[in-house]
Order: sequence, then C-alpha cells, then structure tokens
Amino acid sequence: MNLRPDFPLLANNPELHYLDSAATSHKPSVVLDAIRDFYETSNANPHRGAYALSVRATECYHQARIDIARFLGAGDSDALIFTRGTTEGLNLVAGSWGRANVGRGDEIVVTALDHHANFVPWQQLALEKGATLRICELTADGELDLDCLRGLVTARTKIVAFNHVSNALGTINPVKDIVRMVREQSSAITVCDGAQSAPHLQVSYDDLGVDFYAFSGHKMLGPMGLGGLIGRRELLEGMPPYQSGGDMIEFVYDDRSTWNELPHKFEAGTPNAADAVGLAAAVKYLTGIGMDRVLTHERTLMAAAQSRLEAIDGLRIYGPPVGMRSGVVSFTLEDVHPHDLATILDGEGVCIRAGHHCAQPLMRRLNVVATARASFYVYNDESDVEALLLGIMKARDIFGYVTA
Amino acid sequence: MSQPERSAEIAALYQEMILDHYRRPRNKGTLESPDAEAQMRNPLCGDEIDLQVNFAGDTVGDLRFSGRGCSISQASASMMTQIVKGKSTAEVDAIRNRFRDLMLGDQSAATDSVLGSLRALSGVSRFPARVKCALLAWNALESALQGRRG
Repeated sequence: MNLRPDFPLLANNPELHYLDSAATSHKPSVVLDAIRDFYETSNANPHRGAYALSVRATECYHQARIDIARFLGAGDSDALIFTRGTTEGLNLVAGSWGRANVGRGDEIVVTALDHHANFVPWQQLALEKGATLRICELTADGELDLDCLRGLVTARTKIVAFNHVSNALGTINPVKDIVRMVREQSSAITVCDGAQSAPHLQVSYDDLGVDFYAFSGHKMLGPMGLGGLIGRRELLEGMPPYQSGGDMIEFVYDDRSTWNELPHKFEAGTPNAADAVGLAAAVKYLTGIGMDRVLTHERTLMAAAQSRLEAIDGLRIYGPPVGMRSGVVSFTLEDVHPHDLATILDGEGVCIRAGHHCAQPLMRRLNVVATARASFYVYNDESDVEALLLGIMKARDIFGYVTA
Repeated sequence: MSQPERSAEIAALYQEMILDHYRRPRNKGTLESPDAEAQMRNPLCGDEIDLQVNFAGDTVGDLRFSGRGCSISQASASMMTQIVKGKSTAEVDAIRNRFRDLMLGDQSAATDSVLGSLRALSGVSRFPARVKCALLAWNALESALQGRRG
C-alpha cells in the first residue's frame, strides 16, 4: 500500500516521518479538492435561499450527511448531528441530555482509559448536579476491567461513558459487551467516544448498539473543525437544544420558540457545509481502500515497530498485545524523558506525540508523567518504522546510554 | 530547514553541561523551614518543579528544588539554583529577565556575562515547544519571591 503520493503535505516533504495520526491525520488531495470545489461551484448558505445556488449547497450538505452516516453504519442519517468534533459531540450530550436528566444522587460512570473530552464533561455535570462520578479501573495491561465496570453500573446509573479505542494506548474496547451489560443492569444511556475508532475500524453504529457515538473528521483524513454525534432518534427528539439561533428553530414567537426537526434542532447557525463535503470525500477515499485493509496495514507496521522496540533495553511498552490494539504504540525509554525523545526525533524528521495524551487519570494509574506515542495510518510505511528506531537510538547516544 | 541543520540544532540543545545537570542535579531536595516556596506545573507535558527558598536579609541564602520532568526543565532548575544563591533579590530579578530574553531568542543575551553558565541553555530558543520547560523553575522562583514581598 503506497498512498503517500495522495497526500500533498507528505509528498512535498519526502523526509518527513509522520507518526502522530492519533492526534490528527493528513488530508489526501481528493479531500482538499472537494472542499475547494464546493466553494468554487456550490457556495451559498444552505437551507436559506430560494435560489438555485443555495439549493445546490443544501443538497451537497445533505448528501454529505447521508454518505458519512452510511460509512459509520447509521441507518437514520438525520440522527447524525454535525459538530466541530468529538469534544463538542460529547459536550452536547452532557449539556443537553445530562442537564435535563441527571440529578442529585444519580451516578455517572466513566473509565480511567478515557480522554479528557469524555471525562471532564461528566465530572463537571456530576459536580453541577450533585451526582456521583464513578470511575472504572483498568487491568494491569491497560484494558478496561469489565468486572469493575459491572460492579459500578446500578439502578442509580444514568450515564455510562467510555471510548471505543483508547487514544493513549490503542486499546480496543468490547463496546457491544459493555452495552449489553449496561442494559441488563440499568436504564442508563451509553455514550461512546469514537474519535479513535472511526478512522481505523469498520464501525457500525447500529450494530454497536450505543445510544450516542461521537467522532472527529480531522482524524479520519477529513478537514479540521467538523465531526459528528450520532444518537438514537427518540433520545435526540426528547432532548432540549444545545445551542439556539438560526436554522434550529421552527417558529419564534415573542415569548417562546419551537424547534426544527432533526438534525437541524442541534445545528444552530450556518452549517459547516464545505467541511462536511470534505469529510464525505474522506470516507469515500477510506471506503475505496477498505477499512479491513486500513487496520491490517496499521497493525502490520505497529507489530514491526513493537518487536523492534521490545528488543531495546530499558524501553517499556504500555497497553494490551498488538492484536487487541489499533495502530498506536505508547512507550517510555529509561533515562530519556518522552519530551526530550520527541525533540530528538523531530531532529530526524520523525513526528511523535509526547505527553499525557489528554488522559491524566490514565497516566496516574500507569504511574508515569508522560509517555511517547507513535501512531500509524494509511500513508505510513516501513521507512517510518526505520526512522523511529534510528531516532530512538540517537536519543540514547545523546543521553549517554552505555550498553552493559 | 534542512535535516542536517535541524540535527545541528539538536546537538546545540543537548550540550554536555545540560545533560550533566540533568543527571546530577545540584541543590535538589527540600529545606527544613523555608521562608518561601512555590510549585509550578507545565500542563502540556507534566513537568513539575517545587522550589523552596531561605533568605538572608535581602539575598537568597539557600534554595532547593524537587520535581520531575524533561532534561531541559530539570537542568534549568539545577543551573538556576547555582547562579542565584547568594544574590540579592534585585540581582535575581535582573538575571531572570535576561534569561527570559535569552529564551525568546535575543542574540545579545547569548553573550551577556550576567547569565554565566546559563548561556548553555541558549539552544532552547530554537525550540519554541521547549521554552516553557526552561522557564518553569524561573517562574517558580518569581512566584516564591513575590510571595515573600507579599
């Protein structure tokens, strides 16, 4: 699989080894062209004008929603709300469903594996409402402790929030099993952070069975600033609006308003139609590759990296075995802080992430301040693994590691 | 920037003196009864510096730091404790301001003798993502001195 020529930034920088796709992905020409094409041929405010150009903009935006919902296995495309990204999608659920349904004495369950975006909104909701936040702990190798989770979900639980794939470790969670267990033990809603699964796995919202699934376009070859929230229609219809303004109303009286139907009720203001068109082009591109091949490709590179990393003295890898992860390797190197490692790798043209990965509760449990993280995607190849390994060896040289 | 240029900058960043302070930090630990203390955190990368200071009149009598983090944050803290010990608070302020100039890429600071061995950190200015690491201890010191001035 040699897709690098499809990505202008990578094609223009042949010496660059980009291993930070879990933070954001690069964009293929087809995505950039689709956005430009929208502005050159179809730009007008959707849902507003009676003129043909506005109708065309509306159709582009509408079709993008259908294409993206189909890619994510959501049969009801009007239950896909466009947001700025995963963070906004999760905040939408917390601010709308959460504020309306959570009260004193209720409980919200989150996990120690979650990104701050799927942790802090629930923590703050609990504080605001006098509810209790319960945290599902992890097994020794960084998987959710499902026995712990089973013990936390009770009749008092209103919300269970978890990620599909961990951004920090790459752990793939058994979402369907979790949903089944939650349904058996409570009437809680399930909220899934899909930021790291939509880009890498074949996702079917309808099959997963979660009530809400949030994702980000920019991590799946799409533009920054557009993502989505897929929800169950009956829940979305019962929820108060998240923001108010143009497009989301049905009728505005002097003293009250009524709300537009889904999805518009949750999309106040001029929609980000151009980026929706861009993301639709991205999912078409991913479909052309095949999501099974995407994961296989990432795992092949990750496995190659892992076996060579494991051979390095003093290097420790976090998380479950390769076969249970998406394309993420999180590690620390004895005597070299991850931040120093990232700077030295940068000197070799290798981009990795160093830090807490917006997962401080997880870092505390791993008993580290930070880790280095290399993440793989469709445009990476063996040369990126090679460069990563060479850079790590250089870091050890600089920090004066002496082999025994 | 070409790859060799970048590699040269990396070499300039990780000078032997910095690595030496990272491996063998000076004045690391705690004081029995500090006159002032301050904690600083870099939320981006998790660097931590806890600083304790004792004064002798208007001068910094003794100081200790503890914490964990990258080589730049820890070496900068260690080097800072060496240079400010025995200096008046006015002198400390002057050095701190000049060090900040150095981090912001002021070429004249790189040859300013008032900074002494701190000039070994001049390479940090080429790495904007790391400037905060080098300034963390100095921000802690500023906070500790302000706390004393009340």
